[in-house]
Amino acid sequence: MLKLRDGIVELYRKVATSIPRDVEDALKQALQREENQSAKGALEIILKNISLARTTSRPMCQDTGFPVFYVRAPRGISHSLIRDSIYEATRVATKKIPLRANSVDIITDKNTGDNTGTLFPYIHILETEDESLEVELMLKGGGSENVGQVYKLPTMLDLGGKSVLAERDLKGVRLCVLDAVLQAQGKACPPYTIGVAVGGSKEQTSYLSKRQLMRRLYDENEDPILKGLEEGLLRDINSLGIGVAGFGGNNTAIGVKVGVASRHPASYFVDVSFSCWALRRGRLVW
Amino acid sequence: MVRLTTPIDKDTVVSLKVGDMVLITGIIYTGRDKVHKHLVNEKPDRSKMPFDLTGGVIYHCGPILKKTDDTYQIIAGGPTTSSRMDLYEPDVIRNYSIRAIVGKGGMSSETTQAMKECGCVYLNAINGAAVYLADSIKRVLGGWMVEEFGAPEAMWALEVEDFPAIVTIDAHGNSLHQQVKDTSYKNIVSLL
Repeated sequence: MLKLRDGIVELYRKVATSIPRDVEDALKQALQREENQSAKGALEIILKNISLARTTSRPMCQDTGFPVFYVRAPRGISHSLIRDSIYEATRVATKKIPLRANSVDIITDKNTGDNTGTLFPYIHILETEDESLEVELMLKGGGSENVGQVYKLPTMLDLGGKSVLAERDLKGVRLCVLDAVLQAQGKACPPYTIGVAVGGSKEQTSYLSKRQLMRRLYDENEDPILKGLEEGLLRDINSLGIGVAGFGGNNTAIGVKVGVASRHPASYFVDVSFSCWALRRGRLVW
Repeated sequence: MVRLTTPIDKDTVVSLKVGDMVLITGIIYTGRDKVHKHLVNEKPDRSKMPFDLTGGVIYHCGPILKKTDDTYQIIAGGPTTSSRMDLYEPDVIRNYSIRAIVGKGGMSSETTQAMKECGCVYLNAINGAAVYLADSIKRVLGGWMVEEFGAPEAMWALEVEDFPAIVTIDAHGNSLHQQVKDTSYKNIVSLL
């Protein structure tokens, strides 16, 4: 599986050093709209940083993230071989690109130095009827991971000093997302892309909200009600005034994506995942 | 644009105000989660530390470094989220008379208070501009706790030239982060 390993090393390089076109376009559009001078200055430097990283093949952020893989494997390919290739590619990529060593053992508190560890990288494999193997990678920054939230509805929220009841409906979901953004403020490198999931199982909604970050920014929700929620939330979040780098202005987010899973009658989870402006995702078809 | 050269004297620090753009030249020290915990909990013997932090600049940063023979080079080195250091930073500022903290996202009112008492400012480096900022880091002068904490979490002494940042918390207790937070708290009420 040497070739697959090499392909994944190159996928790491592409994702770490070169931001997806849809994200770069959205940041350029944000710059056109920006009126706050500090935010504008920050956005100009961010765009310079993006092009500098691409042309010099250096990681655009020193936090090269928590590697999360979403693999779609044709029937007959060994899943454990895919995992081995990913682990091996991770070790090679860490040295070669280089990536920052981010895997810290919980018991010894030591950094393993090569970005591998227990369930690190995080690999999801799905068997498909397709002919080709598809490997998607997200390098998820730690700062933006830290501002993610899980809500259990119904719950009371304190929004701007006002107590508000978030009930078990899409209005309640909207309030949770606004609360999460209000708590995050400018700590996690806005403009953000925000993934939201609603469902009845805790780990499923966490998986699903992060998975939303893999959708292209121009990807519209097939469900008209969720599409409306996504568009409305993006407008509302951008009226809060947090802005680029948290310096103020109207560019707090460049995308909001919502996914849903059916729930158990007793449960109503809302999970909110954030990505920093450096939304690093990419795909390899093998 | 205000040019700052390390060591930065207290009068200069006190004269800075929120919104000032600065360019730092001189030496800054990286320090993030593990360094802060260690400085406060273990109170290491200063004579055994390779750097004298007194009156210095701390940079919340876990860089990517490349080692060639015995020299390190910074490949990417933007700021990390400062709020995680809030539990330790007031003690660090007071114990080492820190003059400037460089990071992103701002710090708590407790840290702001310590900054006001000691004459220290908070400088927000551009979030995620790791390659752009690495180009103003000219040399890695040395590292501390590299083996123990791992490279990203070690303390690195960096020689910088015209390293850009914005004053977002000044030594008088004014904070852009607090202003933005207040605005967002006001704005959300109209969305409810």
